[in-house]
Amino acid sequence: MSIKTETMTLNMGPQHPSTHGVFRLLVEVDGETITKAEPIMGYLHRGSEKLAERFLYTQFIPYTDRLDYMNAMTNNYVYCSAIERLLEWEVPERAEYLRVIVMELNRIASHLVWWGTYLLDIGALSPFLYAFRDRDHCLDLLNEISGARMTFNYVRIGGVKWDAPEGWVDRVKEKVKVLRENINEYDTLVTGNEIFQSRTIGVGKLSKEQILDWGISGPLARASGLKMDVRKDEPYSVYDRFDFDIPTREEGDVYARYKVRIDELYESLKIIEQACEQIPDGDIITKKGQRIMMIKPPAGEAYTRAEASKGEIGVYAISNGKNKPYRIKLRRPSFVNVAILQDLLVGQNIQNLVAIFGSLDIVLGEVDA
Amino acid sequence: MDTLMMFLYAVAVLGALLGAVTYAILFERKVIGYMQIRNGPNRHGPWGLFQTIADVTKLLMKEDIIPTAADKKIFVLAPVIAFAPAFTVFAVISWSDTIYAADLNIGVLYFLGVSSMTMLGVLMGGWSSNNKYSLLGAIRGVAQMISYELPLVLSVLGIVILVGSLNLRDIVYFQAEIGLWFIIPQFLAFVIYIISAIAELNRSPFDLPEAESELVSGYHTEYTGFRYAFFMLAEYTYAIAISAFATTLFLGGWLGPAFLPGVAWFLLKMCLFMFLWFWLRATLPRARVDHLMQFGWKVLIPLALLNIVITAIIKVWMGW
Amino acid sequence: MSQELLNTIVEKVNKTVGKEVLFFKPAEDEEQTEEKEEVEETAKLNFGKPMIILDSGDWNLTLAKMLRDDSDLGFDFLSCVTGVDYDEHMEVIYNLYNSEKIYYLYVKVKTPREKASVVSVESVWKSADYMEREIYDLLGIDFPGHWNLKRILLQDEWEGHPLRKDYVTDKKALGLD
Repeated sequence: MSIKTETMTLNMGPQHPSTHGVFRLLVEVDGETITKAEPIMGYLHRGSEKLAERFLYTQFIPYTDRLDYMNAMTNNYVYCSAIERLLEWEVPERAEYLRVIVMELNRIASHLVWWGTYLLDIGALSPFLYAFRDRDHCLDLLNEISGARMTFNYVRIGGVKWDAPEGWVDRVKEKVKVLRENINEYDTLVTGNEIFQSRTIGVGKLSKEQILDWGISGPLARASGLKMDVRKDEPYSVYDRFDFDIPTREEGDVYARYKVRIDELYESLKIIEQACEQIPDGDIITKKGQRIMMIKPPAGEAYTRAEASKGEIGVYAISNGKNKPYRIKLRRPSFVNVAILQDLLVGQNIQNLVAIFGSLDIVLGEVDA
Repeated sequence: MDTLMMFLYAVAVLGALLGAVTYAILFERKVIGYMQIRNGPNRHGPWGLFQTIADVTKLLMKEDIIPTAADKKIFVLAPVIAFAPAFTVFAVISWSDTIYAADLNIGVLYFLGVSSMTMLGVLMGGWSSNNKYSLLGAIRGVAQMISYELPLVLSVLGIVILVGSLNLRDIVYFQAEIGLWFIIPQFLAFVIYIISAIAELNRSPFDLPEAESELVSGYHTEYTGFRYAFFMLAEYTYAIAISAFATTLFLGGWLGPAFLPGVAWFLLKMCLFMFLWFWLRATLPRARVDHLMQFGWKVLIPLALLNIVITAIIKVWMGW
Repeated sequence: MSQELLNTIVEKVNKTVGKEVLFFKPAEDEEQTEEKEEVEETAKLNFGKPMIILDSGDWNLTLAKMLRDDSDLGFDFLSCVTGVDYDEHMEVIYNLYNSEKIYYLYVKVKTPREKASVVSVESVWKSADYMEREIYDLLGIDFPGHWNLKRILLQDEWEGHPLRKDYVTDKKALGLD
């Protein structure tokens, strides 16, 4: 005689510690094994795309900060670059270099937050504090140049808002050295840990086919052996002038994603160092870009993309020749990446759920727009 | 007269225990704080000495919430059931040559038997809360504690074989006699004991039943105020009890150079164990359920059995 | 390079659909120019990248599968799906990549404003799953063939589709006024 059992519906969220925000995961569990998972989102929806249609082109920049608030610089940049493409403007070189430096600093900050919170998710307390110590190095530098720690509103259409303060570039160089040493330290602290490896190796595998099918980009794709990185595929800004690698791994499991992100930290540091060496003097914004009321791209449409820390972020901008956008579509990497959960979680247990969910590195501001 | 003495002793131990738990929590927060490049509590009193007192006061003043859907009787009883055995086991702990309550000749058995009842509190708390996370936490907790009870008991058996007695005081006297703490001849048993003790205590890296990032807070999710405080108290009391037990078994109890009294040595050795647990909490991530179970059944139990066999052979061969 | 790619795409798409749905603005042949004066060209380069414009009647799964599986094209990565409301019609724009050779294609699908409907390509590229749901949610374009077409960002009881140009923001209901 078999025992009559039934599945249990577990509502993870909207307020659950491991969702890092207001996100709901409706999972059906049989014991601790998941039989069905449905992500439910929208709790943080602010209608960014609708708002864009009511503002001047420049006025929308602060709203892009609030998408992926861990990586706001790239959001600023990708929006501005779409408008610049419509306008067919050339951006001063110094501005491009400043953009690259701040974007990479921001990428490091974002990856560090992921690193800390991810380990917190799988039960290690201390790395979180270490990650935030070093993230603060990055944020201090960004604060100095933009005046804000998270929502920078720094990149402008045709350039950037502020020039680097005196000695800033040298301070960046110093901090790069500090960060490199500290990141080495993390590697010895966590990466080799037996329990950590047993929780991550072979868990949550994604094949190349799945990655392409689900449109997943960023570190997730690179951890599954796809050499996809907008910085190399379609170099934007001045990324074609730097020498850096795209770390990839073949395994496609949670551990591979972890390693790819750690390796990316080193690559970002490399880029920052080179940019600091090469940065020229000159203007930081075009003349026309300073008159924000006058920014009126000709009618047309343009799609630009950039490599954010979560994946490929894109903006599809449509202009009808007026001084307000006709339509701004934001391609948010987290929103696209989170869809895979429906597929990936089935057959896992609750603990793996946390390990897998964390490894996707989603930000709810971006999922819900 | 005896009854009165017993009563007074129990009250004294309880009082001392409450103080010890208070400062164990502060100790933990400080240790973890310094390991995480921060200062830990430092607002209440010098060096944060009154922090826990403030916390407990706050907990006691909180509203006592019992969920409507909860099984009320069991819900109320659970923290008590969790605390009582953790406290009762102190009866057989011998703090020094002269300070002890019961010189029980089945001390080891009593300790292990009674302490495994704390599991009931976890199960009752998780079940009666009528919360899915609590239930999952309780199920995990019970599975884990039963699995690790076995290696814990088996690891102690080696010592019992060597000493030939279940009396905790005899075990200490035996260590004095051979001039060697059991941590050396019984090192394997010591390692097994420490690992299973961590699992028994639900402490990191085996804190699955209360994994806050997965199960919110596990079996005590629905508890508030002083009932929650009771669960915390039970947890730390049990931690202290396990440390005391380990000190007696492996570190020679109150034995030590004469410049400090026996009690001091005993407490110092206990602190060592407590520190070990806090240290692990600051460094290790959480293990996974299936790994935990596999490790317990496939590694620890065979090792513990092996240890018994080796000990028995040595005992016969050496003629101890 | 992009022009060649565009030529290949036009040829293959026309072949799959079975009629000439895609054409360039003919420059040499003057007779044809007069005939199609009013007609917008449906294959062009947009900032150096190929863009094709189709009617929702011509856009179907066979075509989508051809774009994905054809050995010359192989657009295996659907990056972005955009919905736009023009006052006279609606458009859904698919941004496709080839992940190996790294080239791009914009597919624009036009659909009438009343009963806007575009075939779902969720079964061809899974990434369309959420992005089509989002467009359905915000613009009210129907995607027949989608396995789970329901609102994603707004709550299920929401009335109307905010990104439509004729959507009236009810400030009172939102508690803003």
